[in-house]
Amino acid sequence: MIDRVLTSRGVDNFDFRFIGLIFAILGLGVLSIYSVTHDQGVAFPFYAKQLVWILLGTVAFLVMWLSDYHRIARLAYPAYAIILILLVVVLFEGKSSRGAQRWIPMGPFAFQPSEFAKLILILTLAYYYSERPRIGWLQRVVLPGLLVLPGLLLILKQPDLGSGLSFVAVYAAMLLMVGMRSKALGIILLFSLMLFPFAWEVMWGSLHDYQRQRIMTFVDPVSDPGGKGYHALQSQIAIGAGELTGKGLYGGTQSQLKFLPEGHTDFVFSVFAEEWGFLGVLALLILFVALIWLSLEIVARAKDQLGALLAVGILCMVCFCVVINIGMTVGMFPIVGIPLPLMSYGGSATVMTMASLGLLLNVKRRRLSFF
Amino acid sequence: MDTAGLHDSELGELQRRLVILRVGLLLVVALLGLRLWHLQIREGPYYRDLSENNRTRSVVVEPARGLIYDRHGVLLANNVPSFTLYVSLEDVKDRDLLIDQLSTLLGLDAALVRTKLTARGSKQLPRKVKGRLTLREATLIESHRLDLPGVMVQVESQRNYPGGVMASHLLGYVGEVSPEQLEKPEFADLHQGSIVGQYGVEKFFDQLMRGQAGQKSIEVDAVGHEKRTVVVEQPHAGDNLYLTIDARLQKAAEHLLGEESGAIVALDPRTGDVLAMASRPGFDPNVLSRELTPKQWADIVQDEGRPLNNRASQGQYPPGSVFKVMMAAAALETKTVTPETSIFCNGGYQFGRRLYHDWKAGGHGAVDLRRALVQSCDVYFYTIGQRMGIETMASFAHQFGLGEETGIELPSERVGIVPSEAWKRKAKNEPWLPGETISASIGQGYVNVTPLQMASLIGTVANDGVTFRPRLVQAVLDRATGELQRRPAVPKRTVTLKPGILSRIREALAGVVKEGTGTRAQSALVTIGGKTGTAQVAALRTGPEKDIPKKFRDHAWFVAFAPVEAPTIAVAVLGEHLGHGGSASAPLAKELIETYIKLDLPASSGMTDGAGARERDAGGQGTR
Repeated sequence: MIDRVLTSRGVDNFDFRFIGLIFAILGLGVLSIYSVTHDQGVAFPFYAKQLVWILLGTVAFLVMWLSDYHRIARLAYPAYAIILILLVVVLFEGKSSRGAQRWIPMGPFAFQPSEFAKLILILTLAYYYSERPRIGWLQRVVLPGLLVLPGLLLILKQPDLGSGLSFVAVYAAMLLMVGMRSKALGIILLFSLMLFPFAWEVMWGSLHDYQRQRIMTFVDPVSDPGGKGYHALQSQIAIGAGELTGKGLYGGTQSQLKFLPEGHTDFVFSVFAEEWGFLGVLALLILFVALIWLSLEIVARAKDQLGALLAVGILCMVCFCVVINIGMTVGMFPIVGIPLPLMSYGGSATVMTMASLGLLLNVKRRRLSFF
Repeated sequence: MDTAGLHDSELGELQRRLVILRVGLLLVVALLGLRLWHLQIREGPYYRDLSENNRTRSVVVEPARGLIYDRHGVLLANNVPSFTLYVSLEDVKDRDLLIDQLSTLLGLDAALVRTKLTARGSKQLPRKVKGRLTLREATLIESHRLDLPGVMVQVESQRNYPGGVMASHLLGYVGEVSPEQLEKPEFADLHQGSIVGQYGVEKFFDQLMRGQAGQKSIEVDAVGHEKRTVVVEQPHAGDNLYLTIDARLQKAAEHLLGEESGAIVALDPRTGDVLAMASRPGFDPNVLSRELTPKQWADIVQDEGRPLNNRASQGQYPPGSVFKVMMAAAALETKTVTPETSIFCNGGYQFGRRLYHDWKAGGHGAVDLRRALVQSCDVYFYTIGQRMGIETMASFAHQFGLGEETGIELPSERVGIVPSEAWKRKAKNEPWLPGETISASIGQGYVNVTPLQMASLIGTVANDGVTFRPRLVQAVLDRATGELQRRPAVPKRTVTLKPGILSRIREALAGVVKEGTGTRAQSALVTIGGKTGTAQVAALRTGPEKDIPKKFRDHAWFVAFAPVEAPTIAVAVLGEHLGHGGSASAPLAKELIETYIKLDLPASSGMTDGAGARERDAGGQGTR
């Protein structure tokens, strides 16, 4: 099958750019993980594991890229049912870590169903809207909302606020792109989305530390285990201390000396920013923006609604995670457990993100409809 | 195709709405970029400083305190390594929990730990919580280190006094600088937890001995573990002191006092060198230099024997008949009597309606000055005292250094009392009564002196009128330059007496030992001159001495010098409540003088050749 694709000029410069961007970001991620964990002193350190995840992710990417996305979409409902079951299983059988029960142990590794639930939700919603015309409020807003709800509740029960928020974001993005008929509503949504960071700054910024702390412990008890804003502060110190050119590889004292916890997972951006400075961060942002820009191109050139919806869902999810993750490391948002796509260490997230991007590229490849 | 066609309009709509995403994306990324620019460029230096502060901790490296040696290089005070527990407040996550853990692990009072951690001061400097951890405690802390963020065990030097109780009042002890002391300018370069001298030589010469603290900048990780030392500012060790005392003589003096309360001071009259200075009961400076619990401290302070009182320089007693030495000199100088003037003693002196008794019932008969001193005839001195008047007596007493500081280099020296009309008006707001002159003339009544003043007085007599300021430190080794600075003997005053008066008195004092009240100070080794004294404690006494409760018994004085021909040592012995000076204190003075003569060492040498070798010793101590 791969032969056929490669020989039928299915692969063009666009694909190479897209894949190049993915691996560039993955590379920077591995570099930062390596920097923080190189002296871990275990046989199989995080950066090595991450390379394995990337390998697995590449397989998932190829599968998702080279299959027919219509056929994949048709599996959406059963897949959603299975993931719901897994989300129930994880509540009872799951492995706890830092107060949350998110993982199903699988041999030496652990599998995080909530990560895969994101992609499956996108498939489900895209399939739902494209299956037949959905008319009226009930079909366009309420029913898909009911579809999202069980997954969302199960995820929040873990608790995993980050994945929960991603769920809501995907749903909101779908509504924004197709669910809402009225232009006015769309525009209101858009503006509120755009104004959100400012509004957040004003509202959140006017609270006292202890008030924020109370709110956060209420909303998400595991967000800040060190307590008292330690995590957010250390992250900002790390990023700020990077200055223009950074402290260089291994030079990040914040992460090297473990002042900044979770340097290889949720706060990998802070590690990168401390070691490579503003210039490095700009380059990284450009890579992400370029990747998302190419994704937008794919949506724009999508030939059917299913493809467009899949692409826009994946795009919004990735975009959301990037913005929220960086936003929380720089102190614009409260700390919620959302990893930086393609950079943070994590098997499920890496494989899921790469599979999603494979599906996204698939939409572009299948722009001619054969049916 | 049909369904797809139906959706085409929606697809177009969706693709038109992409502009929302494009604009939104650019906007949000711009916002993030702005925030990053703010953090990394505008506030970058600030955050860099924060990150530096995060990882570096300033640790004070305490200097090695100067060592103390005796005049021949015998070590009296040094430093030994010990474990000290510090807490770096910056690394403490949960203070209450830590206080709990520390008090459980080390059995410390939780409130005490809390005071140490919450005391005012820089948050950057680690707080000292406990010194002198036992090895067991240190290992206990180290093994729990992961649960005790911010807790550090440092090896530091602990003051050590190899002689234990020996010369405790002289050497003093050290302790943490108190909050009150920290407010004072002379402690300005110190910080909470610094060790300073709190008593004795340790206190008086603290500025020389304390040295200068260094600083170590260590890199720590988030848990407060030391990763590496970044900068070291070497501490400067304090200066070494070479005292004038002779450890062997000091030990002998203390041994002579034994369990009794009292003081012995031995001076070299030619230089003022303090050869020995004993005060009993003593204390163990090793114990006091540790951190005492409030209970331990209260026990020491409330001890009835008042061990913290240096009886040699702070104990004030009536001089009793020792005062007659000064009286005799004054009488001759003022020509109140000639050496030959004879006064008849019938055992009492009638003044007004009161009869002042002589110590010897029945009296001494006709006595001249020599016999009056030898026999310690009270009536003779009542008579000349009455003739001279209190003001003349007071002025001579001052000349002999009474009523004023000897100037010894020890903190809180007491001056005693030389009574006079002016003094009584000022102190008691009462007029002087004529009868009080009579009591004063035999050193009773208001007259009060310290044993050190008495040693200085007899030293002045021995040295033919020249008083030297008592000298405790003969040399200081500046550890920075390696230079040994000698401290000269300081002549304080020359008593204005006609020539011959003091030699006559010395001869009489030799007679005291040869044939008078001080015969128990007779020595086969050396000629000794001396004077007994018995200081009344209770005015009214009934019955024989042994029936009187000890705390009402008289203090026994003996002052002495030897050899009579060319004195090299002047001694004052005071035994509290030991009764008669002639029986109780004279033998002690003799023993001490004999010990000194047997040591057979020239007064002020020995140090020169010894010092070189000691300097090398001291260097070895300092680098360790």
